[in-house]
Amino acid sequence: MTHRTGRLLTVGALARVEGEGALHVSVRGDRVEAVRLEIYEPPRYFEALLRGRTYAEPPDLTSRICGICPVAYQMSACRAIEDACGIVVDGQLAQLRRLLYCGEWIESHTLHVYLLHAPDFLHLPDALALARTDAALLQRGLRLKKAGNEIVEVLGGRAIHPVNVRLGGFHRLPTRAELDHLATVLRQARTDAEDTLGWVAGFEFPPLTVQHELLALTEPDGYAIDSGTPTGALAGPFPLRDFEHRVREHQVPHSTALHATLDGQAHLTGPLARWNLGSERLPAEIRALAAQAGLGPRCVNPFRSIVVRAAEVLWAVTEAQRIIEQYEPPPAPAVPVPPHAGTGYGATEAPRGLLYHRYDLDEAGFVRRAVIVPPTAQNQTAIEADLLAFVEPRLHLDDAELTRQCERVIRNYDPCISCAAHFLTLTVDRS
Amino acid sequence: MGTPRLAVWKFSSCDGCQLTLLDCEDELLALAGKIEIGYFLEASSRQLPPPYDLSLVEGSIATTADLERIRRIREQSRYLVTIGACATAGGVQALRNLASLPEYQAVVYARPEYIDSLDRSTPISAHVPVDLELRGCPIDKRQLLEVITAYLADRKPDIPAHSVCFECKLRGTTCVTVAHGTPCLGPVTQAGCGAICPAYGRGCYGCFGPMGGFNGEGGPNTRALLPLLRRDGVAEADAARLYRTFNAEAPAFAEAARQATEDDG
Repeated sequence: MTHRTGRLLTVGALARVEGEGALHVSVRGDRVEAVRLEIYEPPRYFEALLRGRTYAEPPDLTSRICGICPVAYQMSACRAIEDACGIVVDGQLAQLRRLLYCGEWIESHTLHVYLLHAPDFLHLPDALALARTDAALLQRGLRLKKAGNEIVEVLGGRAIHPVNVRLGGFHRLPTRAELDHLATVLRQARTDAEDTLGWVAGFEFPPLTVQHELLALTEPDGYAIDSGTPTGALAGPFPLRDFEHRVREHQVPHSTALHATLDGQAHLTGPLARWNLGSERLPAEIRALAAQAGLGPRCVNPFRSIVVRAAEVLWAVTEAQRIIEQYEPPPAPAVPVPPHAGTGYGATEAPRGLLYHRYDLDEAGFVRRAVIVPPTAQNQTAIEADLLAFVEPRLHLDDAELTRQCERVIRNYDPCISCAAHFLTLTVDRS
Repeated sequence: MGTPRLAVWKFSSCDGCQLTLLDCEDELLALAGKIEIGYFLEASSRQLPPPYDLSLVEGSIATTADLERIRRIREQSRYLVTIGACATAGGVQALRNLASLPEYQAVVYARPEYIDSLDRSTPISAHVPVDLELRGCPIDKRQLLEVITAYLADRKPDIPAHSVCFECKLRGTTCVTVAHGTPCLGPVTQAGCGAICPAYGRGCYGCFGPMGGFNGEGGPNTRALLPLLRRDGVAEADAARLYRTFNAEAPAFAEAARQATEDDG
């Protein structure tokens, strides 16, 4: 096959990812000429439709950007709008928000690990094929995923597009009985998460090293999830209000999602970035279990992102247990958030990476402008660079096998393509 | 008859409704034994050739390419069910139908000429015949399972067309409007979610769209609700916005939003 001068690898529709995308790799001789991750997911114009809505609405509206990470949208939107109004939600209400977010991390990461990503390592078309060879194993995954969904259902009302989140906190607080039920569910989840980490650690990981700049939220005394300071491995920490100056977006002809760079460098956000920038702040017990699974303080092989996800699920389960144990009901389900003219910024760690929101509000609380930068859009440049590095040493493979392996590289990122197709450009790259 | 073949298709959407199928953690394996997945891109790399016995369609029609694809899917499907507010009413992205597309594009894209986008987001039924529409943003897991099991048993699915108020009564939830003066779209909204919002102390925000049967019979009296919303502090412009969210283009909600603004003027 390699004697041909030109090859074009095409995946018309990527499978086992969230949303719709395609891949094109063109090869000439022993050189890869171009790699294009094409996002043809139709644009839904969220930043436009948010204008003129009142400031209480973006948490509900933006959750509809993504059915897989609605909590991430609700949390980033709340933070940004509360920031504009000069309100900080802290104490037990902040802990409950973190608990809700832990639920989304558990269910969303577990969905990716078991149903979307693991089949690649097992050479299966899907997880249901796994059920035919090892039903108990898939049942363990579904049980763990369900534990995450149950947290989101108790705190949020339902697993997809939760209804209980509002500015300032929640509409209703969970009851002690509901939290006790979750505590029971989490005891089993803890075992399932440990077993999952051990299971994925045994997979075979093709060699690939990322050279990208990394970007994640960091906190001084914990693993960042619902708050923190944007931090680049090279760029260092910077204030959130500088985000749009540091992370610049530009539009490319082949994609409805924009491409982004951090200080001009391709950058990576998500599990690997979080791990490399923050794993030292995880509890010692989690670090020890991760080390047994072969995860040191740094992990630069994107194929190992599945191990990082499993470690993050384990951490999220233990974090949820801690919050429930230490919970004391706050005086009210929410603190008042009166409208205030101004600009607010919010960023949280969606399972796929840093999700940034900005809102400009007028004095009556109407949204004048909204900016949303989701993780997959930021990762696009890095995904294409990974594909380039991956394909060249493997040009001896036949088209079908090489194409299959390229899809795997993309699935390492757990790309959320529906999210990627909705964000705003502020700069135009006309070069 | 062999194992029925299921297909799941995505148009303009957030993936939440098809994810509902994967969220059936307790039923997924049993279901997989009774139905063959012919096409479900989010869950499987394996694709079986058409025809498909049951097609679940998520998302609204939003690009020129969609127009051709939905016709092909209809031809390949024996029974076609739309799942969710995008597929049944155009979704939240149908808010652009009330605005100018070039203006929307200018907000989001520096180079709109690269983007294939129709100026309206429309439901599947605007383009091809649909056998059943499942409401919700997102759909309800129990209703989805009811549709699939009814299909497997060759019976009519039990999908009620009454309002959310019935579900509040069934659940034993105190009426948030009567007890607390909380504005609530429950009386005019299709049941199916289990009346979650009132159970969590907030008013229904209408994510299942207007109550009424599949063919539009038994629609809601939105005009009667308007004075109640006003009493509870919802100004006319706010009432219009309430209706213009996830089901803005469902005819009864579009009309209700118009009524609210008309009364305003």
